[in-house]
Amino acid sequence: MNELIPAFEWQQHVVAPWTTGLKSTLWIVLMGFFVATACGLLGNYLILRRMALVGDAISHSVLAGIGVAVVLALQLDTPTLFIAALLAGLAATLIIEIIHRYTRVKQDAAIGIAFTSLFALGVILISMKSGKVHIDTECVLYGEVALVPLEQFKLTLAPALAGAVDKLPMSEVYLRGNELVMAPDVIRMGFVALAVALLVWIFYKELLVSSFDPALAFSLGINATVVHYALMALLSVVVVSAFESVGAILVVAMLILPGATAHLLSARLPVILALTVLHAALGTLMGFHLATWLNCSIAGAFVVAGMGLFCLAWLLSPYDGLLAHWHRRRNRKARTAQRKLARTPRARETENLPKPLPVPPQLPALWARSSIG
Amino acid sequence: MRHLPAIVLLALLASVMPAWADRIGDISETSVLEQAKRFFSFRDPSVRYAIIGSILLGISCGLMGGFIVVRKMALFGDTLSHAVLPGVALGFLWNMDKDPVAIFIGATLAGLLGGAMVALIRQTTRLKEDTALGIVLASFFAVGICLLTRIQKMPGNKGGLDEFLFGSAASIGRADIILMAVVTGLALLLVGLFYKELLVTSFDAAFARAAGFPVNVINYALTLLLAFSVVVALRAVGVVLVSAMLITPAATAYLLTDRMHRLLGLAALFGVMAGAVGAFISFLTTNIPTGPLMVMAATMVFVLAFFFGPRHGVLMRWWRQKSRSARVKRENTLKAVYHVLEAREFEGEGVSLRELAERRRETLDEARAQSGALCQHHFATLHDDGDAIHLTPDGWQRACEIVRNHRLWELYLTNEAHIAPDHVHEDAEIIEHVLGEETVRELERALNHATRDPHGRSIPGIADLATGSAPFGPPEPVTGYTPRP
Repeated sequence: MNELIPAFEWQQHVVAPWTTGLKSTLWIVLMGFFVATACGLLGNYLILRRMALVGDAISHSVLAGIGVAVVLALQLDTPTLFIAALLAGLAATLIIEIIHRYTRVKQDAAIGIAFTSLFALGVILISMKSGKVHIDTECVLYGEVALVPLEQFKLTLAPALAGAVDKLPMSEVYLRGNELVMAPDVIRMGFVALAVALLVWIFYKELLVSSFDPALAFSLGINATVVHYALMALLSVVVVSAFESVGAILVVAMLILPGATAHLLSARLPVILALTVLHAALGTLMGFHLATWLNCSIAGAFVVAGMGLFCLAWLLSPYDGLLAHWHRRRNRKARTAQRKLARTPRARETENLPKPLPVPPQLPALWARSSIG
Repeated sequence: MRHLPAIVLLALLASVMPAWADRIGDISETSVLEQAKRFFSFRDPSVRYAIIGSILLGISCGLMGGFIVVRKMALFGDTLSHAVLPGVALGFLWNMDKDPVAIFIGATLAGLLGGAMVALIRQTTRLKEDTALGIVLASFFAVGICLLTRIQKMPGNKGGLDEFLFGSAASIGRADIILMAVVTGLALLLVGLFYKELLVTSFDAAFARAAGFPVNVINYALTLLLAFSVVVALRAVGVVLVSAMLITPAATAYLLTDRMHRLLGLAALFGVMAGAVGAFISFLTTNIPTGPLMVMAATMVFVLAFFFGPRHGVLMRWWRQKSRSARVKRENTLKAVYHVLEAREFEGEGVSLRELAERRRETLDEARAQSGALCQHHFATLHDDGDAIHLTPDGWQRACEIVRNHRLWELYLTNEAHIAPDHVHEDAEIIEHVLGEETVRELERALNHATRDPHGRSIPGIADLATGSAPFGPPEPVTGYTPRP
């Protein structure tokens, strides 16, 4: 057991990453935060539309797109991957639609068939070419967020600008002399997260109405099909950009966990969106330290921490929390017991409880006439 | 047709993949052919184990899959199969060895814990089922990934644990086979013994409860069996894709039959086929894990059933629809011919295409195409250099039947359903093509063998059917049908 769980040392596992290892820590945590924010914001709408498992399906299917790109020997750069993922995601949505519409197979089985076959296709294509490309099946599952800080791109700044940037906090991480040194993946993911946040802000009303009340959306002139496919397309883009860092399957957790936690704590959408971002930040931070401590997959640890937060919310939430449930039930039981007690004449005498009001004489006659008898 | 996926896959394989071989470390054959020969000779114990293993897992997954597909629990199966991963890791940690029994126990417990957590989230929170499934699926899988990466950084022999992710038929051992056989036997036994109970709870739980079946116990037992089947399939298919072995063969069977016992049998058959083909191909190639190959084989069968299924296949349905609409078109032409003849009180035999086109408000070419279709089906013959058509006795009979159906229905709607006479035509226009003899007989009885429709036109009776194209006088009351001479 000691081998499995090493001793926890505050200095080594919490403080050191932020002092000596700051350069990699910052990029990894930022990456996790961006992934969780982008996924979580979209995931909220999936949860509202009861499409959480369509998100699961799309995150698996994206692998087929990547596999096809690998086999065609395309450059695995950002635009190619985005387009491949977009096509794969839409293909998955279409396949689910087609199976569901043209056969009597129910939607859940249609989802199951579509994503498993696309995922299998992706794995086969990628393993046929493995060794020749830098994507392998391990990466599909765990992601390689730890490798994010290794890649760098540099940008030379004008001296005046560099001086200004130097005053910003933690400038030693991204400024070297006059050069701005950045991790490209993190910057890209940052843009994706920003784009998602902006889109959710701009189309807030459309998404809200079409998620809660499709009929009202239709009468307001919002095209539900367009909203649906736009959401799926955006989802595919987010999934593929998150893919390399957290892996295809853990993306599902990033999609669902923040939103689900927020849904337990509030019923108002703006609050839920804010809580989603909070969950993303907390989950990423805690997950990073968990991974440092246990020396395990960082992406996996992000999700485990997120799950911890979910369980906490599940336990303590004022609406849906287990404790609240238990408390309410206990109160109800106590009240019922008291009432039962009050009904026995002996208890009335001994406990000096107020006697029940006398029944007005006309009521029994009414009861007799009514069908209740 | 059932061997088609195998052939297709083989052809694909031959075209795409050059001779990469030596699947199991110690062999040096390098050609695909040699490997195939080796596979089919069943000399190797590992080949035998792989074959037996995939057959057993196909049976157990197919059986359980049949139930979860008809119960609309397909994604519960997916969640269960992802949730077993931490159990696999803990089973491995038990004595730092890939001991099948320890892994079996650990994985089953983890799967059941996941299932319980889904139920608990649904009962105590407002979160919907799909969200609950997603949460459990992803978080259990993440715990499993953390444990696996942790184990990989620990000292000691831990090779091959990755095989549980995507599966490897070559790593199936004797102990795995025994476990698989036990689980498959148990599944067959329980399904055989409690078939009625499982059937009734799957299709109508409320009725089952009312009839006094222990619904909860049956559900728990089914979940337990499901967990067992998932866990024994892990070694060959892998955690990620086990759910496909549950869902896809069963969904394929669902496309082909309406009876539950046939569905279960077909699902098991397709499962066995997918398993065997996947295991075979993974022997022929290097570095492609078995699980995805099995899943692709199962998907191929599904695609075939999707297109060519005799009853629910897309092509068959398209064909049926096409032939039906062609028939309706023909019958409408026949009806138009009848109307033309009726308008000139049945004088003369032939109807010129010009009259027909005018009657149907079409171009001459369309009328010619339709009369061509009639001639093809021997309902009419062309005369006067193709400018006029004469109905054959068959054609005349069909035309009379259609007009009779139409007018009887109009009369029925006005007399019995009290619909205004100018509102009944559209409905009759549709139903005239589908009324069977039995229904017509009933309508005639209900309408007292009336001879005039609500618009005052005569309803063709049996005399007209029998006389071929001969003109006839005022219709007589008809009492019954006599067979055509």
